[in-house]
Amino acid sequence: MAIFDEELKALREKVLKLGYMVEDAIRDSVKSLVERDSALAREVIKGDHLINALEVKIDEECIRLIALRQPVARDLRFITTTMKITTDLERMGDLAENICERALELNEKPQLKPFVNIPRMAEITQSMVRDALDAFVTGCSQLPYEVIKRDDEVDDLTVRNFEELLPLMIQDSKIIPLALKRTYVAKYLERIADHATNIAEMVIYMCKGKLIRHMEISE
Amino acid sequence: MVEITDIFEIKDFSIYYGDFMAVKNITLNIEANKITAIIGPSGCGKSTLLRSLNRMNDLILSSRVEGQVLFQGVDIYHKDTDVIELRRRVGMVFQKPNPFPSSVYENVAYGPKIRGVKRRSQLDEVVENALVRADLWEEVKDKLNESGLSLSGGQMQRLCIARSLAQQPEVLLFDEPTSALDPISTANIENLLQELQKTITIVIVTHNMQQAARISNYTVFMYLGELIEFGDTDTIFVNPQNKLTEEYITGRFG
Repeated sequence: MAIFDEELKALREKVLKLGYMVEDAIRDSVKSLVERDSALAREVIKGDHLINALEVKIDEECIRLIALRQPVARDLRFITTTMKITTDLERMGDLAENICERALELNEKPQLKPFVNIPRMAEITQSMVRDALDAFVTGCSQLPYEVIKRDDEVDDLTVRNFEELLPLMIQDSKIIPLALKRTYVAKYLERIADHATNIAEMVIYMCKGKLIRHMEISE
Repeated sequence: MVEITDIFEIKDFSIYYGDFMAVKNITLNIEANKITAIIGPSGCGKSTLLRSLNRMNDLILSSRVEGQVLFQGVDIYHKDTDVIELRRRVGMVFQKPNPFPSSVYENVAYGPKIRGVKRRSQLDEVVENALVRADLWEEVKDKLNESGLSLSGGQMQRLCIARSLAQQPEVLLFDEPTSALDPISTANIENLLQELQKTITIVIVTHNMQQAARISNYTVFMYLGELIEFGDTDTIFVNPQNKLTEEYITGRFG
């Protein structure tokens, strides 16, 4: 294998590693909330700098490859896609950290009501992240299109979550701080799903050479 | 509305050297006042195709062609074609700078003189004009009587371009014009080509992929005598449609 191909393979593996770290952070952040596990929340917060460091490393590697290898065609699309999705992954890590911060606050108070929407949102969101990364690695398939479609479900659940909390807040204003925090968590998950959608869109670009952002998906 | 004009229309065009088919049935239009780059591995027929555009191939005895090359709508391989006039209108610059062994001035004045320009003042004007357009005037205006061969490689190449420009061509063909030059001279020539493109159509054969990407509007990829892909240079280098093109430009050929 040519050196450049090995460098690209190593880069792809770094992105995957970052993906695993972010997936873990998302899963653990929601777990720390639902299972009221503050120790786990603190662990996720502590680990975020590792995600940030790997993001920087991947960026540096992309810049080096652009400078030294002057990539074109599929190599160029792969490297630019890598740079963009790495940013999305790092932002997901930050949002997982935000979920943990809310978890720490919520875990100190009695539970308002059992979590229903948020675990469901987390489940879909995690599947989106996983499939978006799978699509990035395995190449061109229907998978990224399916990821993009699933984003609507997460958006709907975000609204539903708020609508269920709203009458409770109207009924009893004392619970507003707690209810708002739960609303924030839903919003964080909704944004993680948006970042997963970005990744899927970039994977489609990588495969087809066509930017489909801000367009209606026809395929 | 801007009308797109194709200065060359190459139709079902093949070139043979004896029994060997060097260019296979190519159909391609060259747009006026644009830079079209032809890329491809050695022996793919790109220089042969380039040379066919002003019938330089005629000089190779075993060569013959099939199909048509229309230059501004007229078949250049028609028996009535004035080949000398064709080569005035479609000039050529080669890989290695090849000034005549005479002064800078005489190099540029040679073509106009042959065409019958006799008055010294008129010749002076043509020479200065061509040297200015070739971005060489400032460097040689005080040594017009020195040998063209005393210039640096990059200057010699620009002198050759000036020599062509003095013929007032409509098209200039370049066969790897910078492969013998250093990066600075190369950048000078590339800037010059982009400047000339405003008034002249340019077709360039290059082994330097980045050069094709930097300066051309359109790129032709050839392999084993065939035209594999032709398109906007942007498309070819970001999202080529043909697998072979992609393999070649990403350096994974063979």
